[in-house]
Amino acid sequence: MSKIREKALEAAEKKALYGPDIDLSSFRQKAKDHPYEADLGEIPEEEKAGMADAGMILTGDKRAGSYIQMDHSPVHCSIREEGVEILPTMEALEKYDGLKDYWWKAVDVGADKYTARTELNFNNGYFIRAARGVKSLFPVQACLYLSEENVSQNVHNIVIVEENAELHIITGCTTAPHLERALHIGVSEFYIKRGATLTFTMIHNWGEKVAVRPRTAVWVEEGGTYLSNYVCMKPALSLQMAPVVRLFGRDAVTRLNTILVAGKGAEMDVGGSVHLEAEGTRAEIISRTISTGGNIIARGLLVGYKPGVRAHLECNGLMLGESGNIRAIPELDGRVAGVEMSHEAAVGKISQEEIEYLMARGISESDATALIVRGFLNVEMEGLPAELKEEIDRVIAESGKSLM
Amino acid sequence: MSLEINDLCVAVGDREVLHDINMEIKTGETHILFGKNGSGKTTLLMAIMGFSRYRITKGSIVFKGTDITNLPINERAALGIGMSFQRPPTIRGLKTRDLVDLLSRENGGKTEKQAESLDFVTFLDREINHGLSGGEIKKSELLQLMAQNPDLIMLDEPESGVDLENIAIIGKVIKKLLQKNLRRLRTKSGLIITHTGLILNYVEADRGYLLLDGSMKCHGNPREMFNTICNFGYEECTKCQR
Repeated sequence: MSKIREKALEAAEKKALYGPDIDLSSFRQKAKDHPYEADLGEIPEEEKAGMADAGMILTGDKRAGSYIQMDHSPVHCSIREEGVEILPTMEALEKYDGLKDYWWKAVDVGADKYTARTELNFNNGYFIRAARGVKSLFPVQACLYLSEENVSQNVHNIVIVEENAELHIITGCTTAPHLERALHIGVSEFYIKRGATLTFTMIHNWGEKVAVRPRTAVWVEEGGTYLSNYVCMKPALSLQMAPVVRLFGRDAVTRLNTILVAGKGAEMDVGGSVHLEAEGTRAEIISRTISTGGNIIARGLLVGYKPGVRAHLECNGLMLGESGNIRAIPELDGRVAGVEMSHEAAVGKISQEEIEYLMARGISESDATALIVRGFLNVEMEGLPAELKEEIDRVIAESGKSLM
Repeated sequence: MSLEINDLCVAVGDREVLHDINMEIKTGETHILFGKNGSGKTTLLMAIMGFSRYRITKGSIVFKGTDITNLPINERAALGIGMSFQRPPTIRGLKTRDLVDLLSRENGGKTEKQAESLDFVTFLDREINHGLSGGEIKKSELLQLMAQNPDLIMLDEPESGVDLENIAIIGKVIKKLLQKNLRRLRTKSGLIITHTGLILNYVEADRGYLLLDGSMKCHGNPREMFNTICNFGYEECTKCQR
């Protein structure tokens, strides 16, 4: 038995550090197969709407390529730009001899029962690679779709951005309109080589009773940049994720933006950590969370190992509901003198002073509130193609309206 | 008549801050409020605007013949009352440009041009009042007022913390807002709080008031009053028995 499998078996019952524990046995391992569609246009209409809400463009226009997986079946995989490679992970494992340098390297298979399950019941995922020096014009889009009741989808994604390449990925995770309950576990390992840039935007658009456990780790080499935008305006029942970014090359940079809304009944434990392991590295973690009745824990951790590294952390929460709570837990860990790390955290309701200030300009109370909420969610997301920024703005604006 | 205030008492929390205030501002007139820090000047403006923190316990406010004592803030604004704040809140994520565009929808979107007149174009993409200096905040406030185009313009210390060059810019804009270039048919009225009196160099005012410990102690020619205050202090100005 391989070492990896052995570790997975050992961790099969191991509870995660954070988040409510999920009874994995209550979700089915098997899912029925979905047919492969070579043409994106052939995706059933019923499914298209949810995918569009998660940022997918189903003509494939203005995309460098597309990957769509429904439950356990890759249903579409296409490439439009040279130098960009997209494969279902299983095929990539075959093609690249088990992806030895990347497979379970950034993420520990024995971390918890969710990583273990992904190894033991592996349901594919995407492999995306940008070749050396390639600067992709448009983003690659990937959609992980849940359609079968009570099914568990355990994907393992690998992204490699080779030296000096530039890649944008937009991932939309969503569920079929009729779907009530399901589980999504996504292991993602991203490798950003010297001087390369990855902009990764994830839009979650879950059903109300879906449990979600992403397990993401990112390695950034010298001069590399990782920009992550996570947007979840339609809350899942239970979401827990804590991506880990290691900046181990000189001057590597990362910025993690999180925007999320937790409605009544939702439990969301979300936060990222960044390890600044080399000289000149910089990091910023920004989270804006809104509770309309759900419970949110917004974490953030910065660890500085070298003098002169600079990092900042912002956890801001807005309470819009009568019930629910937001806990902001920002942490700074300086391991050596000379690190420059700071944080700010604020949780509260909308300030009456701000509302009345706008009302004094002739704006109604509800419009003033909406303006403030939209402003609160308006995080500067660097490195996004304009059209993607528009899509995110649209998602936020639409959800902003429904929050009022 | 633009604004009429009758026997107005205002409380903040449990404490009465303004006592039996009476004033009348005729259409086209500009009035000036003098008074020490903490005398209640800002409270009066905030109460006229309708802020919830400033509770009217007695009396009434009438604007253009409508009793607005109990109207919500935005309805007062819709009737034509506008205000520039001394310490406005910061609104994160809301660009000044976007708010001004929203306010000037009916005026045909002159944001850029109006900002130019205030030398404020470079700040349009900043979040409302975020990281602005004292002088820049005054300009941001005036820009919003220009877009809003109210009939009663209330200015809370429009020139404090502003350098002399910028006072000239701000002074000109206020003069225009108050239609001081028109001799007749002026429709705009003003109520201005000033400590430095510098604004009087740009805006002809019709009447001044001295507010002391929440009561009106004096009224008269604003220039004369200001000179008395400068030369002899606030106390002296209260002794003329007007």
